[in-house]
Amino acid sequence: MRAIGTIALNVFRESVRDKVLYNLVFFAILLMGASYLIGQLTAGQDVKIIKDLGLAATSIFGLFIAVFIGIQLVAKEVDRRSIYSLLSKPIDRYQLVLGKYAGLVLTLAVNLAIMAVALYAVLAYMAWMLGPGALLGLDAPAFDPALLTAVGLTFVELAIVTALALLFSTFSTPLLSAALTFALAIAGRFSADLRNFNEVVDSPVAASLARGLYWVLPNLASFDVRSQVVHGQHLSAGYLALTAGYGFMYIAAVLVGATVIFSRRDFK
Amino acid sequence: MMAQGIVALLVASGLVASAAGLQYVREQKYPQPVVSEATLFITSGGALRRLTTGYRALAADLYWIRAIQYYGRTRISLTTPPAAGGRDGTLRYELLYPLLDLTTTLDPRFNIAYRFGAVFLAAPLPDGAGRPDLAVALLEKGLRESPRKWEYMHDIGFVYYWDLHDYRQAAEYFDRAAEIPGAPWWLRSVAATTLARGGDRGASRLLWRQLYETAPDERGRQAAGLKLLQLDALDQMEDLQRRIDAFTAQRGEPPRSWQPLVASGALPGIPLDPGGTAYELSESGRVMLSMSSTLFPLPVEPGPRVGPP
Repeated sequence: MRAIGTIALNVFRESVRDKVLYNLVFFAILLMGASYLIGQLTAGQDVKIIKDLGLAATSIFGLFIAVFIGIQLVAKEVDRRSIYSLLSKPIDRYQLVLGKYAGLVLTLAVNLAIMAVALYAVLAYMAWMLGPGALLGLDAPAFDPALLTAVGLTFVELAIVTALALLFSTFSTPLLSAALTFALAIAGRFSADLRNFNEVVDSPVAASLARGLYWVLPNLASFDVRSQVVHGQHLSAGYLALTAGYGFMYIAAVLVGATVIFSRRDFK
Repeated sequence: MMAQGIVALLVASGLVASAAGLQYVREQKYPQPVVSEATLFITSGGALRRLTTGYRALAADLYWIRAIQYYGRTRISLTTPPAAGGRDGTLRYELLYPLLDLTTTLDPRFNIAYRFGAVFLAAPLPDGAGRPDLAVALLEKGLRESPRKWEYMHDIGFVYYWDLHDYRQAAEYFDRAAEIPGAPWWLRSVAATTLARGGDRGASRLLWRQLYETAPDERGRQAAGLKLLQLDALDQMEDLQRRIDAFTAQRGEPPRSWQPLVASGALPGIPLDPGGTAYELSESGRVMLSMSSTLFPLPVEPGPRVGPP
């Protein structure tokens, strides 16, 4: 456990050294610029649009970090040949995989936490600028704690994508890993179509295959509660717990796969 | 090292400036064709929903901003005098409904898009598309998504009242809205008033007052506030006309200006409309709202109910 923690902290430090956190500057500039421009472009709805933009940007920035850092976790060590010195140390291969994963998830968590703080800061500023009268017609308050629910599920979604990127990086090249991870991330958002595939095809075999894929591929669409949160709709604790639980199980399954592949890989 | 960096920066800036210069010369010599703004590249809401998976709400915001910009640009074009380069005869808010439809398909709970959109679809040209049927269709779409939204039923009733002058349908929608739990008590009296008094000005004022007080945002409140001022102006003009007619009957000819009326004591001063602009007087002695008034043009009022409710 201690070895995993040490590796995770090193991955986090390396991410900071690689200037991954610079994306937060772009995020802040995007939100501040948008909060100014939106007032000029739209009739009211400034708060809704900032929430939509902030939550979508959180997801997009996080997705790019998860994929592009995730695919390099193992590949970089192999490229630099530092994998030999790592494996010669008294650590198991599974600890290396889990440590790398935990480090990137920690990087994502710090990123998302700072983005959430920035989003709340911009929303508080807008609420102050617009005054209480302009906020009366909103579906949800400007400074809505429920936004954290959307950020939380986005985090679990990104943790799944990170696990997939790590899995592919254990046996494939970075370019192919990126392509495969993006493909799964996109397919995961269309999972509802796979479930209802029998409505658009006549072939029972194709329908069964699609239904099988629906259960195997990550169902990422269920993590997207951004619209419900922005419109102030109630999300039951049961839904949140089951969705998060599904995410953790899926992550565990992917990490088991990554660990097995990495343990059997020959680096000679 | 520092000097090298500065030189590189200057060279890069010079090259960018040169590129911009070449672009300027090219645009002067070979003007780019003007891209028509009235174009929707994707018209299928279903296709857009798939393309924007995960970020539909943000895409809905972009279409909403586009709808607002389109409305504003078209309105300016229609209300700008031809001499000033305005009034493109081909513009008739054709894209307003498709844009609002896409917005609400991407985000089916985009409340303001239904309510704000319906107002401007129903309003007659140049303030709106003059398509109350599309306004009703948009609000009905909202109702399919949120059947408990009494505001949409109220707005449909309003379109039937103010734009279609169908008081029976209007009252029916007000009644339906009143039955929704949480709907305000005054909807019942609005329904009764509509059925009993049809389109008289008192009933209109009551409806606009409620719309003013329940408007979802400042712009909606301003639009309703403007209508209330216009109704006040109509009251004032009727009162002024009575005074002018009495003056004409007394003197045998209509007054040419406000001065004789003020001098005779029929008016305390030159009458101003609720927006602060002086009323005008025609040669035949008819009181008119100035075209420079912020209240111009006055709305066409729904006619009074004829026959039993």
